[in-house]
Amino acid sequence: MTTAGRALASMGPMFFSYLWRELSRRKRQAVFIALGLALGVGLVITVTAAADGVRNSQATVLHALYGVGTDLTVTQPPSQGSGGPIPFGFRQEIKRARNGEIAAGTKISINDLVNNQYSALTASSLAAVARQRDVTAAAGALTLSDDTVTGTIPSVSLGAGGGSISSDFTTASFTVAGVDLASRSLGPLSSARITGGHLLTAADANANDALVDSGYAAQHKLSAGGHIDVGGTSFTITGIVSVPQGGNPPNVYIPLARAQAIGKTGQAALAGKVNTIYVSAASAADIPAVQREISAALPKATVTDSSNLASEVTGSLASASSLASNLGSWLSVAVLAAAFGLACLLTLTAVARRVREFGTLKALGWRNRRIIGQVMGESLVIGILGGVAGAVLGYAGAAVVDAVAPRLSATVPASTAAAPGTLSARAQSLVKALSAAPHTVTVTLSAPVTVRLILLAVALALAGGLLAGGFGGWRAARLRPAAALARVD
Amino acid sequence: MYQLSGVVKEYRTGHRTVTALGGMDLVIGDGEWLAVQGPTGGGKSTLLQLLGGLDRPTSGTVEFGHQDLGRMRESAVTRVRAQSIGFIFQSFNLIPTLSAAENVETALVPLGVRAAERRARAERMLATLGLGDRLRHVPSELSGGQQQRVAIARALVKEPAVLLADEPTGNLDEGTRDEIIALLERLWLDRGLTMVLVTHDSAIAARAERTGLLRDGLLTMGQTAQQPPG
Repeated sequence: MTTAGRALASMGPMFFSYLWRELSRRKRQAVFIALGLALGVGLVITVTAAADGVRNSQATVLHALYGVGTDLTVTQPPSQGSGGPIPFGFRQEIKRARNGEIAAGTKISINDLVNNQYSALTASSLAAVARQRDVTAAAGALTLSDDTVTGTIPSVSLGAGGGSISSDFTTASFTVAGVDLASRSLGPLSSARITGGHLLTAADANANDALVDSGYAAQHKLSAGGHIDVGGTSFTITGIVSVPQGGNPPNVYIPLARAQAIGKTGQAALAGKVNTIYVSAASAADIPAVQREISAALPKATVTDSSNLASEVTGSLASASSLASNLGSWLSVAVLAAAFGLACLLTLTAVARRVREFGTLKALGWRNRRIIGQVMGESLVIGILGGVAGAVLGYAGAAVVDAVAPRLSATVPASTAAAPGTLSARAQSLVKALSAAPHTVTVTLSAPVTVRLILLAVALALAGGLLAGGFGGWRAARLRPAAALARVD
Repeated sequence: MYQLSGVVKEYRTGHRTVTALGGMDLVIGDGEWLAVQGPTGGGKSTLLQLLGGLDRPTSGTVEFGHQDLGRMRESAVTRVRAQSIGFIFQSFNLIPTLSAAENVETALVPLGVRAAERRARAERMLATLGLGDRLRHVPSELSGGQQQRVAIARALVKEPAVLLADEPTGNLDEGTRDEIIALLERLWLDRGLTMVLVTHDSAIAARAERTGLLRDGLLTMGQTAQQPPG
C-alpha cells in the first residue's frame, strides 16, 4: 500500500476533511499549481495529438505513394545514355530532320511506352531479391510513361551546334504501371480500391486489359468498358480504381507481361524485365537487415524504405513533422518541467509555512509516513485536478487544430533528371514537359486525441502531483519536532 | 516516571556551542506535579523537549519508565509520545483548518483508534472541559481560553501518563489563566497524571507539588507545595 494509502486507511474520513480544508485554505495556491500542471498536460496532449496527426498524414501519403504492405522498393538509376524521357522515336525523327532526310513541313506523330525513370532489372535480379532471408514476398513492376509527340518538322535547318526548332510540337503523356497480377497485394495496386468495373486478375496476365485511375478517368472521360491506347496498342478498360488521399498513382495499370511486350528503354525491349521491385519484409524490425541484404546482392540498386521516402518528402507536411517532433516535443517537455518545478517549489513553500503544524503532529505521535501521506494526498488531489483540467485543455487544443484543419502539402522529388544533351532550349523545354514531375500531394491535418493519450496526460499530472508531494513530504518528514516547535515558540 | 542522569544538551550555532542544560540530574515520580521556572533561555523548553522525546540529549540519559528516550529508535520514541505523553503549548498549536473535535481526534489517529470511537471520545473530552457546544468550531472561532481547553482536551483524550505543558497560560488573560490552571489542577488531582509545567508565573508555580528553578542550564529544586493525588 502506498504511503498516502496507509494514511488514508488509518485516518478514514479525517484524511479527506483535513486534506480538503487544507487545500481550501490555500485555494489560490492550489489552483495555481493545478493550472500549471494543466497547462503542461494540455500542451502535451495537443502537441502529441498534432504529432500523431502529422504521422497519420505522413502514413497516408507514404502508403499512397508507396503501396500498402510494401516495406521496401528496389530500383536502379538510369544508366548514362539510356535515353531520358524523350521518346526514342521522336529523337530519331529529330535526327533525320537534322540530316535532311525528312522534309520541312512533314507531319509526325510518335507514341511510345517508354522506361525513362529507372534502369531495367532482370528476372534474375527479382529472383535474387526474393531469395533474401528476411524477404517474405517480392513483386516486380514496370513504371513507364506513355509519351505522344505530334507536330510538324520545322522549316529551318538545324545546325550541329544547336539552333532552334521553330515549329510547335504537341506532347501528351500519362504514366503506366505494368503490374504483376499474381502478386497484387504488393506494389502499385495494393492500396487501390475499385470504384467501377472490376479489377484485373491473374487470368488477365496476357490480356490487353487495363485499369484506369479515377482521377485520370474523370479528367479524360474514360469509363469501364471503354478503350485506351497504350504504346500504340488498344486496351479495354475493365475497371476504374482510386488510391487513398495523398497519392500520385499511375494513370493506367496494365498486366506486367503486356507492359514488358510493348515498353522499351531506348531501342531495347523490356521483355522479362522490370524496373521496380516491391518487397515485403518478415517484420518491421527486419527492414534494415533486408535493406542490407538486397544492397549486397544488387550493389547498383537503390533500396528505399518508407523512412527514406519520408526523408525525401518536403513541403509543409515535412515542416509540420519536424515542428512536432522537435519544437513541439521540447516545448511540451519544457512546460511540463516548469509546471513540475513550480508545483514542487510551491509545495515546499507550503510545507515551510506549516512547520508548526507538522511539529505539533509529530509531538502528538504522528509518524513521518503519515505526515508524508497527508502532504502527498494533498498534492495528488492537485495533480488530479491539474490532470482533468489539462485533459480538457488538451482536448480543446486538439479540437482547435481539427477546426482550423491546416492543409499540409508533401512533395516527393522527381526521381529522374532530364539530361537532353545537345538539344536546343526549345527542345529542352519539351524534355522538361516530358520528364517526371515532382509529386506534390495535400493532406488535411487532424489532431486525434486517443484514450491512451488522455491516460498518459493524466498520469503525467499525477506524477507531477506525486513528485511535488514527495518533495514536500520528505521536507516535512525531515523536520525535527523540537526544531519545528522551537521555531514557533 | 522520569530519571534524568547527567543530562547535557548543547546546540551548535555556527562555530559557537550553546549549553542549554549543563549536567542535570532529576527524578520525577509517578503522579508528581513539577513546575519549572526560570528566565528565558534558561533551558526550560529544552528540558520539556527532552522529557517529551522531541529531542535527544548530547550526553546523559533520560529514562522514561525503564526506557532511555535518548537511545531509542525514532519510531519507538514516536510510539511513546503517541501513547503516553500529552503536550500543551503556549500558543495552543491547534490545526487551524480542523474543528475543535477534529483537533482532539488528531491525538488518537496514531493510536489506530477507529473513526467513530475517535469522534465519540473527542466529543466526550471536550464536553468534560465545557466545550460541548463548540465541537464544530475551528480555532479561529474560539477564544484563547477555549483554544487552550481544546489543546488540553487533545493532550488528555488519549489518557496519557504524563502531561507536559510549556507556558500553558502564557497567551491568556488573567481570568482565563486562573480558569485553565484550576482545570489543570483538577485534572491532575482526578487522573493521577504526572505533570511537568514550565512557567514564568510564580502564582501558578506555587500551586505545584514541587518547583524547580532552571537558570543557565542548571536546576535548583524548591519546596513541595501540595500533596500528590491519591
